[in-house]
Amino acid sequence: MLRIALSKGRIFDETLPLLAAAGIHPLENPETSRKLILDTNQPEIQLVIIRATDVPTYVEYGAADLGVAGKDVLMEHGGEGLYEPLDLKIACCRLMVAGKVNEPAPNGRLRIATKYVRSTERFYASRGEQVEIIKLYGSMELAPLVGLADRIVDVVDTGNTLRANGLEPLEHIADISSRLVVNKATMKIKHRFINQIIEQMQGAVAKAA
Amino acid sequence: MNYQDRWLLPAGITESLPNEAAFLEQLRRRFIDLFASWGYELVIPPMIEYIESLLPPASGRSLELQTFKLTDQVSGRLLGVRADMTPQVARIDAHHLKREAPSRLCYLGTVLHTRPNNFASSRAPMQMGAELYGYKGIAGDVEIISLMLAMFEEIQLQDFCIDIGHVQIYQALVDAAQLDAEQQASLLAAVKTKARAEVADLLQAWQLPAQQQDMLLALLDLHGDAEVLTQARQRLAAAPAVVHQALDDLQHLHQQLPAHITCHFDLAESRGYRYHSGVVFAVYIEGQGQAIAKGGRYDGLCKLYGRDRPATGFSTNLRLLASLLTTQASAAHTAIFAPASDDAGLKQRVAELRAAGEIVINGLPEQSGTPQEMGCNRELRYLDAEWQLVTL
Repeated sequence: MLRIALSKGRIFDETLPLLAAAGIHPLENPETSRKLILDTNQPEIQLVIIRATDVPTYVEYGAADLGVAGKDVLMEHGGEGLYEPLDLKIACCRLMVAGKVNEPAPNGRLRIATKYVRSTERFYASRGEQVEIIKLYGSMELAPLVGLADRIVDVVDTGNTLRANGLEPLEHIADISSRLVVNKATMKIKHRFINQIIEQMQGAVAKAA
Repeated sequence: MNYQDRWLLPAGITESLPNEAAFLEQLRRRFIDLFASWGYELVIPPMIEYIESLLPPASGRSLELQTFKLTDQVSGRLLGVRADMTPQVARIDAHHLKREAPSRLCYLGTVLHTRPNNFASSRAPMQMGAELYGYKGIAGDVEIISLMLAMFEEIQLQDFCIDIGHVQIYQALVDAAQLDAEQQASLLAAVKTKARAEVADLLQAWQLPAQQQDMLLALLDLHGDAEVLTQARQRLAAAPAVVHQALDDLQHLHQQLPAHITCHFDLAESRGYRYHSGVVFAVYIEGQGQAIAKGGRYDGLCKLYGRDRPATGFSTNLRLLASLLTTQASAAHTAIFAPASDDAGLKQRVAELRAAGEIVINGLPEQSGTPQEMGCNRELRYLDAEWQLVTL
């Protein structure tokens, strides 16, 4: 049995054609089905639908063998507990610092609201800057508007949400795309099967580019 | 803390109740006897040591973070609670035994980790391992892996896969590329996760010669069955001689292992704490996301304790191995109940039964509970002027 961990929404939609290239088709649609485990046309392969931030955890501990996770999530998860052999070049965006339009940096320590605590810490540490980090779980854009933080660190796609809230991107931290992640033990034990899937998906990624 | 949670143990700290404890003890004896039959002598290193000897300079940041530290009230020096027994055993060999001939040592003890290695794992695993000192050649690695296989054979563990690598392959390629420490660290992090996109970006950014880039990228592909070694000969043809020597070693090692063992080779593997210097290996089994045993060669470590001795070994977690076995000892009701009595004949009979290997439980005057509740299936009764065994 091989389990592939995916999150609903954009990653799921953009991963489907790549899985199809590897001959894997889900039998149900997660948007309409309430099931968390979806069967596929291959009896020994299942898809498990979980939150994006949980994908590295499931795969690292072998609850899922493969997964698709954004580089932002992987950077935040940290460590060397899983393999990320393939850049799927999907769900592309940028991890950025943003702040209110035309607002100068305040004196003293910056307060930064983000759900990417580790990445933010690392980014400012590499610049030799000490900042206060406020961990939030969503709607980061609100924080500078109501005076909770001076800046936010978040993934930016088109920048429309930022603009709609009077914010602007200030600094680029990293380019983000989704990666195929593989459990270390699975990679060793089922290397033929896994390598085959990776190769087929790689072919589809190259074709899409 | 209130009365209700006074019984709680810290996160990741476990204890063993009678059945499990009996099973662990039985396994422990079988393994230590097995190691002894191969000439591996048991050593018992201390629970705490001065931090400098517990964490020699080469041991790396992850081991340092895993080690609990406290201040010694006697000397004012910093003490560490062992998080890995291998450096302790290396110290014993290098500093105390001072042998010229190879020494074979084994050990078993609880180590303490500041953080669990993975979410379900204990912070206090029972580390068990065997180490071979004073022999440099690949035959030493073959022996250590064979002993580990004998350990799995002892508990009839099957369907596992040994992942084998050689840290000198990656090291030689990095040395040839003349990267600085910071570059080495970022490349290692990317190689460890096989993050091809990141590795390619880094190599590109540093403008390494095309041939070096190709070989470092090839490492990411070179994992799979023994055929990988043949592919490596071609793709790493231009690599330094030490890489070819390492490939010879791996080839030889593969030939020496029994044919029915599933081997997986991963030439990008540079796993674990930084003291490894040659062949490294880890054992994986389906259903366990993490390795169940691991080891390898660490020739430079003993030198830090004053004597340069080649070294190789493996270690595992006894609790983890026990959890893999389906035939865990269940509560066996095989004991004999002896009623509370001062009768000399009874005492004599009890002593005889115990000497014959039976478990005999003395009844206490006016105690509560039946013999069955105490795990007895027989009882001593005074019948026909003698103490007889009666099945309950």
